[in-house]
Amino acid sequence: MTNFVLGLVGFGIIFLSGVLMLGLAALRRKSSPAFREIPAITRLRQAVGRVVEDGTRLHVSLGRGALATPQSASALAGLTLLRHLAELTSAGDKPPIATSGEAALAILSQDTLQMGSQASAQGAYDPTAGRLTGLTPFSYAAGAIPTIRDENISTNILIGNFGVEAALLADAAERANTFTLGSSDNLTAQAVLFASAQEALIGEELFAAGAYVNARPIHYASLTAQDILRWLIIGVILVGAVLKLAGIL
Amino acid sequence: MKFKGITSTVIAISFGVLVLAGYIFGYNADGSLSLLGQFQLIILNIAVILAGFAVLVGIFNLLLVHTKKISQKQKGAGYSIVLIVTLVITFLLGLLAHYVPIAAALFNGAFQYIQLPIETSLMALLVVTLTYASIRLLRRRLNVLSVIFLVTAWVILVGTAPWPFLGDVPFFSDIVRPIIAQIPAAAGARGILIGVALGTLTTGLRILFGSDRPYGGKNG
Repeated sequence: MTNFVLGLVGFGIIFLSGVLMLGLAALRRKSSPAFREIPAITRLRQAVGRVVEDGTRLHVSLGRGALATPQSASALAGLTLLRHLAELTSAGDKPPIATSGEAALAILSQDTLQMGSQASAQGAYDPTAGRLTGLTPFSYAAGAIPTIRDENISTNILIGNFGVEAALLADAAERANTFTLGSSDNLTAQAVLFASAQEALIGEELFAAGAYVNARPIHYASLTAQDILRWLIIGVILVGAVLKLAGIL
Repeated sequence: MKFKGITSTVIAISFGVLVLAGYIFGYNADGSLSLLGQFQLIILNIAVILAGFAVLVGIFNLLLVHTKKISQKQKGAGYSIVLIVTLVITFLLGLLAHYVPIAAALFNGAFQYIQLPIETSLMALLVVTLTYASIRLLRRRLNVLSVIFLVTAWVILVGTAPWPFLGDVPFFSDIVRPIIAQIPAAAGARGILIGVALGTLTTGLRILFGSDRPYGGKNG
């Protein structure tokens, strides 16, 4: 297939997804969204509640997803969650801390925390709350570990693009006796976080986390659109397999 | 403030749509780069330059965080002093590397003989960390998934590792490991990747619609 035909196929998929999302969001505007329960998110909500109650801090580690790469989506999903959590914990004494291993992501995390701080009673914004801790995988992890250990953190959320270094962060969180939720778009990191984090989000659950914490019609619509597209892909795979077996393809 | 939010939203959505259009209609039917494709390249090049400046801002932020730690005499302030001193030295060596040969040698040496061994040591540390995490997994989350995870990891390890005096383990190395790796593991991995791709698609669309705004401004 030529690039032009591939482009048209891509356009078709994106157009279909966009129409589905907008249509479903319009349909769901008046009804409250209902999601299937994800135990990890339920525990996250409880942990965030404790952060506000006991005056500790929330730490969100956003990974190393560069904004000009496909990994940026997981970083943006992390920023969406950070924004909601910053607003949720705005009643607490201490603002959340965000660490990242990519410079542009660190700047966006500062902006996100600044927006979140406007919802707080104090309204104070600390520019050092959004941090770049390192530019290589292990320097990023090594830089984030002191934050987990020394800054009165009670809840750690690792969400974004990680590699195996996520295990070091989860281990540091475990040693500090804190709650850890891990989620990544990288398969290796997902396996590592499944073993080492207290709770792990697998696959596309990463992208649903923001919707679960602060659901709006468009979030519900995007999750439903994902489900519809998934069934379509399953159908295409099954039909393709049958056609292959029949010798037609 | 409101105007700033609207402006950033309009700029982000416009350039997002243009870059997306560049990916889809970036090529003409004859395979040559279209006008949209050329425009997309220019925008991405500008993004790369901005990302370079972002690194400088990030390093300034790193300095700020550690200076604050030192001035407030927080826990680990000693490490912050070491970090700032080495950062300044490495930065100066990097600046001088193009003009002074010894500075270039020292700059490369810092990476080759300090950073690389330290990062490799951290990688080695992962073996212990992951083994310990696997043991903890059953204590923390005893369910069917955890058991399947650990048994699969064990079987793959037995089938892959070169055992002393034995080499490959019969049955595990030639039958069980390939079956697990090529059928259920590959199928599961592809399923997860399809889910991630769909999540990426809808996240991107939410940002293009202006519903999620990680670049500032109130979420719509």
